[in-house]
Amino acid sequence: MADLLQNEEVLRLLELSKNGLLYAIWETLYLTVISTFFSYVIGLPLGVITVVGEQGGVLPLPRPVMAVLNFVINILRSVPFLILMVVVIPLSRLILGTSIGTVATIVPLIVAAFPFVARLVEASLREVDSGVVEAAQSMGCSPFQIITKVMIPESRPSLISGFTTAFITILSYGAMAGAIGGGGLGSMALNLGYQRRMSIILWVSVVMLVILVQIFQSIGTRASVRLDKRIRSVDRKRKLKANRADKAGLS
Amino acid sequence: MIELKHISKVFPTADGDFEALSDINLTIGDGDIFGIVGMSGAGKSTLVRCINLLERPTQGEVLIDGENLMEFSPARLRQTRRSISMIFQQFNLLMQRTCLKNICFPMEIAGVPAAEAKKRALEYLDIVGLPDKANAYPAQLSGGQKQRIAIARALASNPKMLLCDEATSALDPTTTRSILKLIQDINKRLGITVVVITHEMAVVEEICTHVAILDHGHMVETGTVEEVFSNPKTEAGRKLVFPEGAHIDQFPVANVVRVVFNGGSSYEPLIASLAIDCGVKVNILGADTRNVNGKAFGSMLLGLPEDKNEAVKAMNYLRAQKDVTVEEVPDYHG
Repeated sequence: MADLLQNEEVLRLLELSKNGLLYAIWETLYLTVISTFFSYVIGLPLGVITVVGEQGGVLPLPRPVMAVLNFVINILRSVPFLILMVVVIPLSRLILGTSIGTVATIVPLIVAAFPFVARLVEASLREVDSGVVEAAQSMGCSPFQIITKVMIPESRPSLISGFTTAFITILSYGAMAGAIGGGGLGSMALNLGYQRRMSIILWVSVVMLVILVQIFQSIGTRASVRLDKRIRSVDRKRKLKANRADKAGLS
Repeated sequence: MIELKHISKVFPTADGDFEALSDINLTIGDGDIFGIVGMSGAGKSTLVRCINLLERPTQGEVLIDGENLMEFSPARLRQTRRSISMIFQQFNLLMQRTCLKNICFPMEIAGVPAAEAKKRALEYLDIVGLPDKANAYPAQLSGGQKQRIAIARALASNPKMLLCDEATSALDPTTTRSILKLIQDINKRLGITVVVITHEMAVVEEICTHVAILDHGHMVETGTVEEVFSNPKTEAGRKLVFPEGAHIDQFPVANVVRVVFNGGSSYEPLIASLAIDCGVKVNILGADTRNVNGKAFGSMLLGLPEDKNEAVKAMNYLRAQKDVTVEEVPDYHG
């Protein structure tokens, strides 16, 4: 493996592909996956707290705590991403030691996305029937058990569609990262396509982004529907079958 | 034994405080099936939630086997709640879990090993008569089946008490009867105390041993079902027990009496005998008989003749009957 990386041919190939389309796709995915992961690490607990911490919630927290939490989330949600990227440059330097390049864009992406994730999680958890939570309370569940065994599993389909939305939003935010020297399809479109007026590259990058979004959206939707046990599987199968038969001209 | 002492519950609202329950005193003995009835908004659901402190009373004591739940720590309260199961009008099953996993849920919470929980869950599925639904999801079941799974889940924590909050109100009459039968069966076989909240008197007649009537947050009557049904003492009680009584107001008659059958006697042709034995013709303004635990209970509103002598004769005749109470209805609006 080490030999391979030192091989001159391979190195040249890597160098060449660094400006290529495949590498741009890889950078985009890498940026999106890491940023989404950390946005959920921060946003998921916050989203849970905004629901359970309310007065009359499963684990009521002091009003000032909730007020501050909601205020911070709203503030971060209202700053445009382009401006946020510039504002958090010092933070990126502090955490990663650098404020330019692909990796450096991860910090502003997380800062921009975790409040969004928190709101998505909040919306999903609010869909959980309050009667089910009450039933769990009547059985002697602790607040933690209600969160982990009732609220999150019961809202799983909605959490998955929220996740899909977050992933795609972060993907498109990441495309703006070209503005501060980040990599990926977005920077390819901006730097090569727009500024150097190679319109074919601009279009190819945009089409690639569209294709990526389509792929992830359909995977997300499918997973959300498949894992939702409220939908009667027999009905769904019958409908899918009929649909396919229709398309094949069998009916 | 459940004892509620001086329970009050006040909800603060925009237009001032709303008193949902005021000074409720209630004792529910072990092994009873206790019905709490009332019109919508009478405070029944709030009252039943006061028993396991899903609603914390503003005032009063909730004693379970002599211990005051209001003084328990959160951890001890959760522990105690495991012995007080509850079923709901909307079933409240976990929709993303199979029936078997739903029944395992309370055992999972209590830390029962998974293998043993599964074994017990299968037994409970058997008790509620749905052994083949272990791997089905709640969305695939009918309302009655969902409630059976909910009952199995309620039994899984090995409770001493079962609280039923309008458990049959979302079901059709046939299913209602079968669910009530199941609850009665569980009460007899496992000796579990049952508290039934309902707005349907038919439910109380079907299974309850004791009943309390709730009206606008006040407990107006309580006693055995036979006592309360044979002769409801309050207006709220009469409205619930004899709901059709209200229609009688349309007929203008001078002397009106209410005849109440206390069981046993109701199959004798009382009015026919009255006409034949005394030669008095009475007007039946309204009647309602019902079968409670195999005994007949009912009330009848009779318009007595204008003639004073005949009226007295009829009254005396009726009063002489066994198992029949007669009372004049002075507030009758003719």
